[in-house]
Amino acid sequence: MNKITNNKAWFLVLPVFFIVAISAIIPLMTVVNYSVQDIFDPQTRFFVGTEWFEQVLGDRRLHDALIRQIVYTMSVLLIEVPLGIAVALTLPRKGWGVSASMVLLALPLLIPWNVVGTIWQIFGRADIGLGGYVINMLGIDYNYSQNPMDAWVTVLVMDVWHWTSLIVLLCYAGLRSIPDAYYQAAKIDGASNWAVFRFIQLPKMQSVLVIGVLLRFMDSFMIYTEPFVLTGGGPGTATTFLSQFLVTIAVGQFDLGPAAAFSLIYFLIILLVCWVFYTVVMNAGKREEQ
Amino acid sequence: MRFQKRHIALILYILFLLLPIYWLFNMSIKTNSEILGAMTLFPDNPTLANYATILTDPAWYSGYINSMIYVAINVVISLAVALPAAYAFSRFNFVGDKHLFFWLLTNRMAPPAVFLLPFFQLYSSVGLFDTHIAVALAHCLFNVPLAVWILEGFMSGIPKEIDETAYIDGYSFPRFFGTIFIPLIRSGIGVTAFFCFMFSWVELLLARTLTSVDAKPIVATMTRTVSASGLDWGVLAAAGVLTIVPGALVIWFVRNYIAKGFAMGRV
Repeated sequence: MNKITNNKAWFLVLPVFFIVAISAIIPLMTVVNYSVQDIFDPQTRFFVGTEWFEQVLGDRRLHDALIRQIVYTMSVLLIEVPLGIAVALTLPRKGWGVSASMVLLALPLLIPWNVVGTIWQIFGRADIGLGGYVINMLGIDYNYSQNPMDAWVTVLVMDVWHWTSLIVLLCYAGLRSIPDAYYQAAKIDGASNWAVFRFIQLPKMQSVLVIGVLLRFMDSFMIYTEPFVLTGGGPGTATTFLSQFLVTIAVGQFDLGPAAAFSLIYFLIILLVCWVFYTVVMNAGKREEQ
Repeated sequence: MRFQKRHIALILYILFLLLPIYWLFNMSIKTNSEILGAMTLFPDNPTLANYATILTDPAWYSGYINSMIYVAINVVISLAVALPAAYAFSRFNFVGDKHLFFWLLTNRMAPPAVFLLPFFQLYSSVGLFDTHIAVALAHCLFNVPLAVWILEGFMSGIPKEIDETAYIDGYSFPRFFGTIFIPLIRSGIGVTAFFCFMFSWVELLLARTLTSVDAKPIVATMTRTVSASGLDWGVLAAAGVLTIVPGALVIWFVRNYIAKGFAMGRV
């Protein structure tokens, strides 16, 4: 669509600009301010340059948390995206089943994040939770509050439970926009199910999948509340992801300088990955169109 | 309709989704002795005592009221500022529009943990700490960009000829926007409100940090109770079930727009 050039449109954007500026720029400036100073109390502060950044970048605990975070986020994406596509393909196209499945699928998305943690905290316990009880009955020794591996898997399953629906709903929206004629044409040509998926359904889902992968990447990279409630980052540091680590040094130990430096690095990582992913996908899309 | 193998897969998946929720509900209508005593799929003596505890204790139910208030304020603010902005982005080119749009979206990518301390200091210094408006404003950080993004998608689907015809017919901009344009993107507004509700309702970290007593949200009440007494599983489960109810109601109202809404009107 060709748009008119009109700089008066800025007046329409001003309210948004102000409200986001208040809640984004001022806090961000505060963070930048902290990251280059050593603050003892509001009157006594020293400029320390890049010292905090060097300290944070050399911190082993941060490296470990970052590696855990990357492994976790990759696992989330590798499980949720294919599973989400698969479930979306099984959804009915019309009838009462559509509304019913929509409501049921969307339900986990509307549960407050700490309640998601609570649900799984209860469900996974061997003494009072169905899930933990059944797994132990099957002869597998499972205890998410003692065994690091169990804790990690529980956090992962919880995330799959919580967020796969988002991918399902996005893909379903993409699938619904395919006209019936495409399927009929494919049938006449004798296309296999795989060919229908690869050349009709997948391309239609591409744009929504980009949104889905971006949202899942961002949100799983900033995950805090669910593991906080479920495991508190433990046992040991098995489920201490970046946000958890950040809150520990900022609020727990009150090391404002390193926390602020770390915040900036954290934010930049997310921005960079999103930008690279978006650019690569969009360029690939353009090349395919040509 | 033919019953196919793929429907079995779907039903299994939905069972996987519902089982933990059912277990929470199941626990909420049991007594504590039954919860700790035996593993029962159905409660032996269903009781509503846990719900009664929550609905009669102000420390519990005020949490729900506080959450509702700041979520409502947030939805209203987000829609009010995002509607004109989305219109501007969908209809006009102006200096710095692309940069501004990208900058807005970067705020959706900012980890709330980063903003924790600065928000606390900012709202404390202007005397807004522990008020509903503070939480509502803090949630605008991620809800306003999202609202602009979704609404822009829906508005771009409305042909521009409608605007032009209205201006030729002598409509002023506010009158056109209020009486013609807004009714046209009703479903888009509904979906946007749904998303703002969703992200404001489920957020814990900022809501908990910016409140202490007067505006304490239900999600914070729950985590604090866990750490304080830790053992009253029945009441905790009942509180959890009650936090699911508003979300379920909202989904029911937008069920026909969910699929399109999740695609941000971009399919």
